Amino acid sequence: MKFLIALLLTALLSFVGGLWLPWWEIAGASFIVSVIIPQNSRKCFFAGFVGIFLEWGILSWWIDFKNNSILSQKIAQILPLGGSSYLLIFTTAIIGGIVGGLSALTASYLRPASK
Amino acid sequence: MRVIPFFSWLILTVAIIIGLDKQWGSIPSIGKFLSPQHGFWQNADPYDKDFGGDLKFPQLLDSVNVYTDERMVPHVFATNDHDAYFIQGYVHAKFRLWQMEFEVYAAGGRISELIGEKAVNFDREKRRLGMVYAAEKSVAEMEKDPVTKNEADAYTAGVNAYIDNLKESELPIEYKLLSYKPEHWTNLKTALFLKYMSLDLAGHENDFEYTNVRNFLGISTFEKMYPYGQDSLDPIVPEGTEFPPPGMNVKFPSNVDSVYFMKTDSSEAILENKPDRENGSNNWAVSGKKTRSGKPILCNDPHLGLNLPSLWFEMQIHTPKFNAYGASFPAAPGIVIGFNDSCAFGFTNAERDVRDYYEIRFRDSTMKEYLFNGKWIETSFRYDTIKVKGGSDFIDTVAYTLFGPVMYDRKFTGNRTAGTKYYAVRWKAHDASNELKTFYLLDHAKNYDDYYAAIQNLHTPGQNCIFASKMGDIAIWDQGEFPAKWRRQGDFIMPGLDSSYAWQGTIPQQENPHLVNPDRGYVSSANQFPADPKKYPYYLGGYFPPYRGLIINKVLSNMVNITIDSMERLQTNNFNEFAAMAVPLILRNLDPDSLDANERDYLDTLKKWNFFNDANEAGATVFVLTWESFENVVWSDELGKCKGPTTFPESSTLLESILKDSTFEFLDNINTPKKETLRDDILAAFRKSTVSLKSLDIEKKLSWEKFKDTRISHLARLAPFSSMHLNVGGGLNCINAATADHGPSWRMIVELTDTTNAFGIYPGGQSGNPGSRYYDDFVDDWSKGKYYKLWVMNKSDFNDFKVKYKMSFGK
Repeated sequence: MKFLIALLLTALLSFVGGLWLPWWEIAGASFIVSVIIPQNSRKCFFAGFVGIFLEWGILSWWIDFKNNSILSQKIAQILPLGGSSYLLIFTTAIIGGIVGGLSALTASYLRPASK
Repeated sequence: MRVIPFFSWLILTVAIIIGLDKQWGSIPSIGKFLSPQHGFWQNADPYDKDFGGDLKFPQLLDSVNVYTDERMVPHVFATNDHDAYFIQGYVHAKFRLWQMEFEVYAAGGRISELIGEKAVNFDREKRRLGMVYAAEKSVAEMEKDPVTKNEADAYTAGVNAYIDNLKESELPIEYKLLSYKPEHWTNLKTALFLKYMSLDLAGHENDFEYTNVRNFLGISTFEKMYPYGQDSLDPIVPEGTEFPPPGMNVKFPSNVDSVYFMKTDSSEAILENKPDRENGSNNWAVSGKKTRSGKPILCNDPHLGLNLPSLWFEMQIHTPKFNAYGASFPAAPGIVIGFNDSCAFGFTNAERDVRDYYEIRFRDSTMKEYLFNGKWIETSFRYDTIKVKGGSDFIDTVAYTLFGPVMYDRKFTGNRTAGTKYYAVRWKAHDASNELKTFYLLDHAKNYDDYYAAIQNLHTPGQNCIFASKMGDIAIWDQGEFPAKWRRQGDFIMPGLDSSYAWQGTIPQQENPHLVNPDRGYVSSANQFPADPKKYPYYLGGYFPPYRGLIINKVLSNMVNITIDSMERLQTNNFNEFAAMAVPLILRNLDPDSLDANERDYLDTLKKWNFFNDANEAGATVFVLTWESFENVVWSDELGKCKGPTTFPESSTLLESILKDSTFEFLDNINTPKKETLRDDILAAFRKSTVSLKSLDIEKKLSWEKFKDTRISHLARLAPFSSMHLNVGGGLNCINAATADHGPSWRMIVELTDTTNAFGIYPGGQSGNPGSRYYDDFVDDWSKGKYYKLWVMNKSDFNDFKVKYKMSFGK
């Protein structure tokens, strides 16, 4: 339960932060959630990772869906990801997830080791 | 706190974030670029994006409404001209900001700022040609006139209103890819854009190549290979028209024979990077007596480089003073090719050579003084700072003489000259002029006199300005400020030691070739000679392709009861007049018995061909490759004797020469003891071409559209943002002049009935955003030769179903 709340809060906080702050606010959001919801380091990492993975993944998927994949197919040729929109959405989510997860993991070490 | 793991992970996390935030060479910040709330995803416009909205700008005098229709064409309704131009600037920026700025960067030699070192030579060339110098003079002229100053100021303010309200996440995607931000717009940028068009349309010359040929082969051979005039001539002003004696008498310099024509001293070799000479166009207007409706019809299709985003942006501007519809240039105010409630107007390129070179003698390599009329004159210098991405600034010192900037010297050869001589460029586009006024007055024109007054402002690039009005007038003026030259002046590099080789003056405006309401009932131009060179009292230097003009005039002279439909068919016609003249000659001189079975197959394809460059025709491919190989066989031996760059004589010259004389002296290969004949050359050429034909055949690329491979490239050459491999016929010498990357950039047909009946299309889309469905949505229909009805919206149409979005602008 705690894990789920941490995950969803990470996604929510980073989404709200993204409206005003630079892209790396996702690190800040995961860090804060990891501080206020104490869990062991492994759980903190996954809450941050999955939280941002879902936020970036769902957002880009929704944008892509509304756009009929016009742009993602082109960008996926420039990057290059073989023109695959899904691969581009996945890449987006993974990059975000890694930043979120590592940041949450870092924050978890602010506390003493759990018993 | 667990100190060691905390700091270890912190350092790693921060390092990864910095790594993802940093630009690596040409790769943008990955984190920012992928972020769905910041990066490219924000450019993926929803399919049903709402383009409406309410905006307030204190610069406006009154409220303005913009209605966009199903094709995203904005219809601007303003209560005064100032607000209309402000909103036009805003709308151009909203849809095309990146393109506007990129074109201006290219014009002013600033591409190094975006892509680094590799563009420095490109930029230096633009600076040294004096692009910014020319634009500065032009903006001064533009701002001297209160009408164009207000227009340009309002437009600039509108562009800046958009830029100032742009969030970083909304930046056009190219800014994100190249990691930079838009600057403020200025009137100078508008002027620079117009110079970009001048370079494209009036920057072509062969001076160094011609000089080279003259130096090595002599003037008499040169005159045979590059004659002045043509046999297959149907000029804009019909043959046989008498011209009054010239108002401007041009004299040859006294030493022209020894110093200019007979000079054989080998010049420095130059490989010019020249604007595409396929920048041609067609326009024509037919009078009411030839149309079904009894009203004139005007047609225009300018052939320019095909790019995405398109050079053109379609819109309507309505104020109490004017109501114009047509194609506008994002980067400049006004409608450029279009119509208003009274008349229609368009352009084709005049093709005149208005760019010449003078060899300058400097006192020493500091270039501080140069010899002119027996005296040492002080040079003025212009210091051009070119910013280079990822490198230090490059400062270029350019010497300015009385002729113009020294484009090539010891410090800048562009890998083109040996770097021992100095060449100043005299370009008509350097002279102050106010072309913006032309479009302003045309948009407001009510009748022929207004049109005539409007085009007086068009100096460079010279254009064939076509006109038709609801009052029934049709007219064409070969308009521009053209230097009055003596025969061959400026075809070669000229001596710059004194004023004797300088341009002596300008052809008086009223002596420019023109045709107003002719009995034949039509006026037309397709970049051919504006007048018969044997009759016209001034030298018409330049390149004038004859064939499109021939076929247009042939068809128009026979047409009656003309309708929009028949004009659409003519504008998209793929008949190749040049091939129709050349193929019978090839067939007459090619003996099938001397070919093998495989070669005979291709000969059969050519024999069966109907001379239409239709998309699926293999005959067109066989012809084009055979002719190309024929030109090589004929000219390579002579031109091989010239060290350095040369240019092939015109195809029309070769065809006309052998039609007249099958023993044309250049048919002989001067490198063999044998005396080759026309039959020998054609056989050799055909055999050579079958080698290429065979390999095309194997790749299944023999059909004309596959061989030609028409494409519309993104301005920054990003292939995924381009439209490739279009199924399009036509090509060089066809009215539908769609080549690989050039072609009809805006097809327009306007019938001047009481309610204007107009059709048009361009190969692109209204949005410059590759993530929008409106980015390239016209391309397929353009390829198929379809047209859209141009909807001139009235005040009573605000609730029409065609209105998709409404943007309201208030104070």
